[in-house]
Amino acid sequence: MSTLLEVQGVSVTFDGFKAINNLSFTIGLPELRAVIGPNGAGKTTFMDIVTGKTRPDAGTVRWGEMGHSLLSMSEARIAREGIGRKFQRPTVFEDQTVRENLRVSLKKPRGPFSAMFDRVTPEDTARIEEIAAEIGLSDHLNRKAGILSHGQKQWLEIGMLLAQDPRLLLVDEPAAGMTTEERNHTADLLKRLAKNHAVVVVEHDMEFVRRLDCRVTVLHEGSVLAEGSLEHVMGDERVIEVYLGR
Amino acid sequence: MIRIALAALAGVFLSLTAPLPTHAQQTDGPDLQSILQDNSELVANASRRTVQEVLDILVDSRLPEVPAFLTAWQARALYQRESDGLFVYVEDPDADALTLIDITSGEGLGTATSREVRQLRPNRGVQSVIGATLVGFQLASDDPAVRLGALDAIEDDPEERHLAALEDLVATETDPDVLERAELLLPALVIAFSDDDAPRVEAIRSLAGNISLTARRTLNPLLTTRTEFAETLPENANIARELSPGSDLLSVADAYDMLVADGLAPALIPRSDQVATLAANIVDGEVGGVPVATLNTESARDRAYAALVEAGIAPPAPTEADIAQSLGRFVFFEVYNERSAAVTSTARETLDGIETRVGFYRFLDLSLDGISLASIYFLAAIGLAITFGVMGVINMAHGEFIMIGAYTGYLVQTLVPNETASLAIAIPLAFIVTFMAGVAMERLVIRWLYHRPLETLLATFGISIALQQIVRLIFGALTQPLTPPDWMAGSVALNDVVSISSIRVAIFILAVLFFFALWLILNRTRLGLEVRAVTQNPAMAASMGINPDRINMLTFGLGSGIAGIAGVAIGLFAQVVPDMGSNYIVQSFMTVVVGGVGNIFGTLVGASIIGAFQKFVEWLNPTNTLAAQTYMIIFVILFIQFRPRGIIALRGRAAGD
Amino acid sequence: MGNSIFVRNRSVPIFIGVLALVALAVTFLSPAYGTGAVSVSFTKILGMTLCLCLAALAMDLVWGYCGILSLGHFAFFGLGGYMIGMWLMTARTEAVIRANLAESPIPPTEGEVSQATALQIFSVVGAEDWPWMWAVSDSLILSLLLVMLVPGLLALVFGWLAFRSRVTGVYLSILTQAMTLALSLYLFQNDTGLRGNNGLSGLQNIPGADAIGQERLSVWFFWASALALGLGYVGAAWLVSGKFGSIVRGIRDDELRVRFLGYPVEVYKLVVFTVSAMICGVAGALYYPQAGIINPDEIAPIASIYLAVWVAIGGRGRLYGAVIGAAAVSLLSTWFTSGRAPNVDLGFYEINWIDWWPVLLGLGFVLVTLFAPRGLAGLFDYLVRKEDT
Repeated sequence: MSTLLEVQGVSVTFDGFKAINNLSFTIGLPELRAVIGPNGAGKTTFMDIVTGKTRPDAGTVRWGEMGHSLLSMSEARIAREGIGRKFQRPTVFEDQTVRENLRVSLKKPRGPFSAMFDRVTPEDTARIEEIAAEIGLSDHLNRKAGILSHGQKQWLEIGMLLAQDPRLLLVDEPAAGMTTEERNHTADLLKRLAKNHAVVVVEHDMEFVRRLDCRVTVLHEGSVLAEGSLEHVMGDERVIEVYLGR
Repeated sequence: MIRIALAALAGVFLSLTAPLPTHAQQTDGPDLQSILQDNSELVANASRRTVQEVLDILVDSRLPEVPAFLTAWQARALYQRESDGLFVYVEDPDADALTLIDITSGEGLGTATSREVRQLRPNRGVQSVIGATLVGFQLASDDPAVRLGALDAIEDDPEERHLAALEDLVATETDPDVLERAELLLPALVIAFSDDDAPRVEAIRSLAGNISLTARRTLNPLLTTRTEFAETLPENANIARELSPGSDLLSVADAYDMLVADGLAPALIPRSDQVATLAANIVDGEVGGVPVATLNTESARDRAYAALVEAGIAPPAPTEADIAQSLGRFVFFEVYNERSAAVTSTARETLDGIETRVGFYRFLDLSLDGISLASIYFLAAIGLAITFGVMGVINMAHGEFIMIGAYTGYLVQTLVPNETASLAIAIPLAFIVTFMAGVAMERLVIRWLYHRPLETLLATFGISIALQQIVRLIFGALTQPLTPPDWMAGSVALNDVVSISSIRVAIFILAVLFFFALWLILNRTRLGLEVRAVTQNPAMAASMGINPDRINMLTFGLGSGIAGIAGVAIGLFAQVVPDMGSNYIVQSFMTVVVGGVGNIFGTLVGASIIGAFQKFVEWLNPTNTLAAQTYMIIFVILFIQFRPRGIIALRGRAAGD
Repeated sequence: MGNSIFVRNRSVPIFIGVLALVALAVTFLSPAYGTGAVSVSFTKILGMTLCLCLAALAMDLVWGYCGILSLGHFAFFGLGGYMIGMWLMTARTEAVIRANLAESPIPPTEGEVSQATALQIFSVVGAEDWPWMWAVSDSLILSLLLVMLVPGLLALVFGWLAFRSRVTGVYLSILTQAMTLALSLYLFQNDTGLRGNNGLSGLQNIPGADAIGQERLSVWFFWASALALGLGYVGAAWLVSGKFGSIVRGIRDDELRVRFLGYPVEVYKLVVFTVSAMICGVAGALYYPQAGIINPDEIAPIASIYLAVWVAIGGRGRLYGAVIGAAAVSLLSTWFTSGRAPNVDLGFYEINWIDWWPVLLGLGFVLVTLFAPRGLAGLFDYLVRKEDT
């Protein structure tokens, strides 16, 4: 397992509020990691920093075998480097069909002229249908994404993440709004993905985290409070204090 | 008619000067009529050279009626009775029977026909000599206003003889205003009339740092030059600089023309004349052996003309080389019209110093202009800063609220003629009218579109053109007058360079008042708190018992009402026409965007930056205000590159995406 | 590819069919080629309307599909007109000057012709030399190139500045409005080389076409406008139908998502904005020879807002909506403001439509935005969907 993403000593302040405070985080390839923490712990801001949406005030974010800094790259460039992100609130193109959503996400050249002259090859179609089967939307391929249920949108966004074929997947609350059966399916899918990808899952649902059965990082007030197996961190005095309150 | 007026003028003079103690009548000397009779010939047939003699006698007599007499004489209102040579005034020169008036007592002396009296008609030269003497009397007057009037007369038409009188005045004057004028005028006279260089240089020096127009008008003529040429540079001339033909200061053509004018070089033959010569010499479709059809190039025409010269038909045209050779024989230079080098160099030095100071004051004046422009932008934009900045609503009809405010002011003025009173009524009324218009618009249209800002833009644009047209239908498309009160009409002047019209000062004060009032409303009142709460988190505000609907309505009304007041202010100096609002809408949006959305202080800064920038560009290119606006907009577009959220930007997640 | 777009987007064959029918109808009703039921001036109005439709189509590309509400698109339209106008004026004036100078005994030099032409064109603003921007005005080919290049370049530079700094939404709208205001103020100056507020005039006199006459020229320009609109429609439909269209609509609906998919959003916006500006340039270049005159007033911000309003009324995000909106509103405007609409006598007040049309139009915008946010084409959709279910 080699290091894929290394976040070191990162801090960011919003109007005097320290959202991230000297945070360090490393993930290798392949690996599955769950990130938990109370509200306002900085989970989403951490993802914003990695994906280039927020620029940190201090610290370094290094990527890949060559250890390139991600800080000077645009969001789109970071995405092309192989970091995919699923948002907390499902964000899919509601005005477009499931097929179009997946087609746009497929790993292909991103330039405008490639897009203009892009033709759907048989391989593309096969890949889209394969992903659709995986996320249970085979019957909905030609429907507008806007009319899908909340859970189906979550699935679609995961599908779009799959289509991008990134090396690192940042998944924010994937199980929200899903039935137990769907959650189990999602957990299995993420575990399967983690066999050859790096996957970071932010989740509130402890049952889901338990099912992921992976290393857990606990964030609190913008920095890492504890790290280890779920049993290990849940036994940690400070974690109990943060979760249960003083 | 003119004569009556002049006679009346003489009368006024009499009444002015009569009670003066310095001219108290000396009863022992001869009276005015007898002095005149003694010098009858000199008075009746005065000439420029001889009149001074009788004037001196009159002045020495110290008789009180002399100034009035001189005024009448100069104005050709003095008559001589043919029968006895008595000098008299005439009551009505156009009447058939002239009523004669005694020059001392003002009593009637009976009537005469126009044949029995002779009007004395001193010529221009005599008039001016009399005038100079009169100025002396006026300078000695006890009334400072008369003395100032005399100084005006001297400035308009300076005479050498004024010099001494002015020197006396400066030595004795006590009134500060008169003294200031006199001290400014004295150097001008010294410079103009003194024979000696030393006092002139001294006089020039005394003007150092004086930025008044008089001072600059005094110095500038000393530095006028004329362009001359000679074979060698003359030694004794006061030369400003040497010129080389072909430079920016002297074109080759102008230099050569000077030589031609003095017959020192053959005249150029313009191309059009050459072509005319060619046309006059077409023989069998050829000119000088060159076919006419091929004469459509310059070189072919040159060849044809050369052939004509060869044949002796046309005069030779000087070539470039000829011209250069002719010019090479002479030096060209600018020579001062003033012959003394000491005077010109001192004048140059002093004027440079003055120009520097003038430049500084010009900058100050420009800064005041900039501030005044910024005030106008601020007034126009401040309502928008609330509706767009605080609420995020694009209101394209904002300009029309300004227009409605201005029309309200106009309507009030048609009902209440007193300008000050009507203004006092119009300002609150404009607020009420536009407040209600704003509330109506918010209720009927905008509140349905809060989540569709771009469509708000289009809907309010629709309202904007409808309002414009409705006002046009009611009031017509022509400019309506909104007259500022008299106390706003003048201007406040610091000196000859720096001045600002009172109306702009009033607008500046209004802008400052607005700023503080709004700042207080938004930061120190319950309404302001609620407004900020609703803007930042409507759901949370609602849960705390604030009614967001009501707050949005009031905020929008407030923003619109302020636009209405701004409209009254803008209407005072700009034209009140139905589409006046569209002149302000884009600038207002840019002001808000540059300043930073969401706070009033940002709007103030934005208005200042835009106002200052526009005035700065106007200063670089004063003739072109359109260009200034163009560059201002380009500046804003570039500015947004560096501060996309404006000068005063809210940071962090609260600012939103 | 042409075939596929006809199949993929049902509106394309229908639109082309309708356009062809209209073109045929106008031809057979024109005085030059048919019954003469349609006058020359009305033929010109119809041709100009098609150009406005093309501009609306370009507007729909940026706004309806990419979510950029440009309030400065008439700047590009006007620039296109100015670019072709420079050639028209130069060539026309030069022909007149040559005809005049032909009388003189000595044939004129090229320099004299050029000088006299410049004097003729620029004496109205007190100048007599060619400004630099007229350097290629004697070449039709280069002028036609500039018709697309100049608006494209302005859009490229402006768009690069704006999109790079992530100015979006109403800010961008205001900035585009500022752009067109700056351009019109610039052109209003007499010394900027395009004859200030006199503008370029006599553009209806096509050089070398005196013998053809306005009767036939008006129909030819109508055809050219229809062809341009047809090509523009097919091109735009092609552009928005495939993956590119998907991405662009994605940018409109959720810019951040597109960015996180790895697409350089700024470049896409820039491409759409520039292409749209070039289409507008072509539309303007066809419009102004029919209008006969162009001046800086044409570029004033209000014109661009009207363009946006047409698209909104027609229904954005569907190309035919923009065309319907532009055609309907501009033809209605012509009808009402030309005095052809009958006045309504209310007894106590007579409604004169020339006066009341702007009020009606303004309130119309408000009603459409409030009650028909998808525009006229939205109503159409509503009917079609009813049929489907």
